[in-house]
Amino acid sequence: MPAPDQHRLIFAHIDEPGYSPDLACYQKHGGYAVMKRAFARKPEELIDEVKRSGLRGRGGAGFPCGVKWSLVDRKSGKPIYLIVNADESEPGTFKDRYIIHQDPHQLLEGTLIACFANNVKQAYIYIRGEMPLGARILEKAIAEARAANLVGPNILGSGYSCEIYVHRGAGAYICGEETGLIESLEGKRAHPRIKPPYFPAVLGLYQCPTIVNNVETLCHVKHIADMGGEAYTKIGTPNNTGTRIFCVSGHVQRPGYYEFEAGKITLGQLLNEVCGGPLPGRTFKAVIPGGSSAKILRFGERFKGKRKVGAELVDYDWGVEDVPMDFDSLGMIGTMGGSGGVIVMDDSVNMVEALANINAFYAHESCGQCTPCREGSLWMKKITTRMVHGTARAEDAALLKSVADQIPGRTICAFGEACSWPTQSFLAKFGDEFKNYTETKQGAPAPATLI
Amino acid sequence: MIAKKTAANLPNFPVMNLQPTTLQKIDEVITHYPVKRSATLPLLHLIQEDLGWISPEAMEWIAAKLELTPINVYEVVTFYPMFRQKPIGRRHIKVCRTLSCALTGGYKVCAEFQEQFGSQLGAVSPDGEVTIDFVECLASCGTGPVVMIDDDLHVKVDVARAQQLSAQIKAGAKAQPTP
Repeated sequence: MPAPDQHRLIFAHIDEPGYSPDLACYQKHGGYAVMKRAFARKPEELIDEVKRSGLRGRGGAGFPCGVKWSLVDRKSGKPIYLIVNADESEPGTFKDRYIIHQDPHQLLEGTLIACFANNVKQAYIYIRGEMPLGARILEKAIAEARAANLVGPNILGSGYSCEIYVHRGAGAYICGEETGLIESLEGKRAHPRIKPPYFPAVLGLYQCPTIVNNVETLCHVKHIADMGGEAYTKIGTPNNTGTRIFCVSGHVQRPGYYEFEAGKITLGQLLNEVCGGPLPGRTFKAVIPGGSSAKILRFGERFKGKRKVGAELVDYDWGVEDVPMDFDSLGMIGTMGGSGGVIVMDDSVNMVEALANINAFYAHESCGQCTPCREGSLWMKKITTRMVHGTARAEDAALLKSVADQIPGRTICAFGEACSWPTQSFLAKFGDEFKNYTETKQGAPAPATLI
Repeated sequence: MIAKKTAANLPNFPVMNLQPTTLQKIDEVITHYPVKRSATLPLLHLIQEDLGWISPEAMEWIAAKLELTPINVYEVVTFYPMFRQKPIGRRHIKVCRTLSCALTGGYKVCAEFQEQFGSQLGAVSPDGEVTIDFVECLASCGTGPVVMIDDDLHVKVDVARAQQLSAQIKAGAKAQPTP
């Protein structure tokens, strides 16, 4: 079956010749008209539209956005804050970068609509420190919008006021975790907070109710306000509505970003047709479908079970290539859609080395608050690194598994899961390579060093 | 009642040689937050951009400015990888180390930069020209290997491109981002 055409909703103007990030260009393309219409409606109506749309957060967890909004404590009498999570740092993910660099006003319009719907007067855009240019572009866009009375006091005479500031991170991956981000925005180490009681919707920034949404999620809000929640559900598939942006990297002919209706494209179509297949003379070996913490898939394995299609339960028997790229299908086969970062590895890759690379990342990025994660991530790195450098011990594969199994569920935030899933899944799917690593390495040295 | 200490009358307010525009930006950014402590990261960024690194005096200065104790600033500096406690070379080369860039040859690129400048990772090169760091994911995985030189991102940097960029740096020219 041929791959469907791209459905560019969020990326409609990305890479369009002549399209520039300034306000004039955005307005020429109908910019801020949706916001104007939204401001004439009741805020509750907008929240209902988002609930009806079924929009799921695009940052990684896929939590329904409307539900997130409905959990906000509106009776506390405290101000409500909204934070745009632009700390894009899950390895393999690079979609927000292009929205921020090329279409910043789309993000601002979505943010302002979300703020209006939730009676937020102050929003912050938390952008990762390694995107200094993105921060400058956003600051310029906000200044332009302020000058045009689209941000600030009494927006377009509506009586509604909202301020947006850009806040730069400084290179810590954990700031993508929403409570770590809040700590960071308060000027502290980004140590995630324990939940309960610190649910952002109740006790977030400055102990006030706070909404944290991903950049792409807020752009979707703009389109939902535009077409209505009901119409939005017509895009994509039930429970996986709207479009999804896939960021493909690693060993394919055409890496890059592609936007499709959610659930309408399979992993095989995406990699073989859209991305042009493996590099010349190579075959696909493994793929991580949703950012580096998602569990790895091995080409050749099969997934069987029953799934719901409409009201019926239907048998499925999928190879890796047959899996539809949506939250639920990827969840069913034991991995996740996560942030949409698809990392592809071909048969030149040694899986022990690839895991050692990933483990070095997580060991570096653990915030150090919880012992299982701080120590565990470091030990997983140590063990895989010594495997690569030929000083492994006989019991190392078993020790590695034992360390990984003792982290998830024992930490304050989901980093514990994120750092152990790669090790657990690499060992489960490629256990033979870990057992015979010494021989395989001598047989065929990897073309690219990974650690 | 004891009068609240303000930044201006603190006895240990170190003298900082900051540009007037930096001071202006510092005063402006503090107004963005209802709680001054929130301005810790912005102030660290502004001072590092101005002076190149964060000295102990800078941490004390920020603490006084934001009505914090110096440990509050120090713990932030030591947590976030982008804040530096020592000066670096005139140019800062950051090569991405993480998986997608490694798969496309990031390790070779990093080794080439080191070779070009005879430099250890994290140290100032002997000619004082650069500091090379091998950093974690720069969020441009589809165009790997990627390298940031100061604030500019360079994509699809292979060994030949790394040599070119090194030559541009040595010639004192600002390396042009990949078109």
